[in-house]
Amino acid sequence: MRQARKRRQGVDAELLIHDAARLLPDPSRRRFLRQVGSLGALAMLTGCNITDAPSAEKTLRKISEFNDWVQARLFNPNRLATTYPDSAVTRPFPFNAYYPEAEAPDVDEERYRLILDGLITNKQPWTLQQLADLPQETQITRLVCVEGWSAIGKWTGVPLRSFLERVGADLTAKYVHFVCAEGYFSSIDMPTALHPQTQMTLAFDGETLPTRLGFPMRIRIPTKLGFKNPKHVIGMTVLNNYTGGYWEDQGYNWFSGL
Amino acid sequence: MRTSSAETITRDLDLIHPLYVRITHWINAVAVFIMVGSGWQIYNASPLFAFAFPPSLTLGGWLAGGLLWHFAGMWLFVANGLLYLVLGLKKSHFRRKLLPIRAADLVGDIGAALTGRLSHADLRVYNAVQKLFYLGVLMAGVVIVASGLALWKPVQLKELAALFGGYEGARLVHFFAMASIVLFLVIHVVMALLVPRSLRAMIRGR
Repeated sequence: MRQARKRRQGVDAELLIHDAARLLPDPSRRRFLRQVGSLGALAMLTGCNITDAPSAEKTLRKISEFNDWVQARLFNPNRLATTYPDSAVTRPFPFNAYYPEAEAPDVDEERYRLILDGLITNKQPWTLQQLADLPQETQITRLVCVEGWSAIGKWTGVPLRSFLERVGADLTAKYVHFVCAEGYFSSIDMPTALHPQTQMTLAFDGETLPTRLGFPMRIRIPTKLGFKNPKHVIGMTVLNNYTGGYWEDQGYNWFSGL
Repeated sequence: MRTSSAETITRDLDLIHPLYVRITHWINAVAVFIMVGSGWQIYNASPLFAFAFPPSLTLGGWLAGGLLWHFAGMWLFVANGLLYLVLGLKKSHFRRKLLPIRAADLVGDIGAALTGRLSHADLRVYNAVQKLFYLGVLMAGVVIVASGLALWKPVQLKELAALFGGYEGARLVHFFAMASIVLFLVIHVVMALLVPRSLRAMIRGR
């Protein structure tokens, strides 16, 4: 862990946004299990002291890690998410984030650079135009939100696999970590990063990706829940160390595969 | 040491609920409590219908807590349920206790139940209404697990999800399976309180 952090910090200050994200105000963080105290009935049945929230949370997080392991084994790298006809696209596509729509970050297209770091041979930063010049693919797939709702979108962009191959990423590494302009961050397993439908999305429904959906680039992963599809991505790191994520660190399951 | 078959039969006849039924019953009670409480928490994050569950009746404090409980509780619910089903099939429990359900018995027993004349004198024998209720809740249990798997893995298990009409269909099925189980639970608990001997039988076996 320490080694990876050092490497990240040594290369580019912009990736420090990852750490800045941890300092963001977070009222919901400690709301966890608050209501557990009212569950006297369950405590009586089990004889356990489940009002002891920290230990209950610790146990539940251990089980969540076990679920990460189970899901990695259930994940079939060749299994494609269902694709839909154009008529099935949800218009308008819902906005969802931990901040209101008006606060979605305005990324300056001219100054934008995608910063690469970690186990990647060619760490040259990418402009938006350079990304747009790469071969693009379009998919119409369902985004499933951790909250339960779902919506179908038409996403166009660069398959992440082809990009990772192009920049000489170590495809045997365990994780790919993403950093976003607003301070959001998340990480995924390499098999999912290499899945044929995992995409660096630059356009939605035939138009340049709007700010509300993650301009200039979002990672679209139809095999994972929506919060594992980071928007406004400005940094990408390939590494062997677990780095969690903005929501994952607060209790959402890390793998969150569909 | 082996007991003779005659002894076994006498012991079985004497027993209202064998030990494995009682153990899996109470583990299931805890598991259902966890799954419903955390499920309501998850529902409230994005309600399917124009209502939300009172937060005081939900488990986990917020969505992530509810999800952690739900995806931990599922192992308990499924493992315990499978144990019950396997042992029940092996011992012909379902065939002996829950079948057959005859239409004539059902009509008669519903009439008796509604007029408060349904007998619970012998707790070893279920009347037709009970048989239907227990079979129904067992099937709701199977449906809730299948639709839950489809919601958890709508890509890896997309054929299963397709059975429910896709992800959104599975959400509806999962909700109504929950509603059936909760409705069963309300009647089940009321009946147990009306016939306290049945509660004692589920603890002590007789």
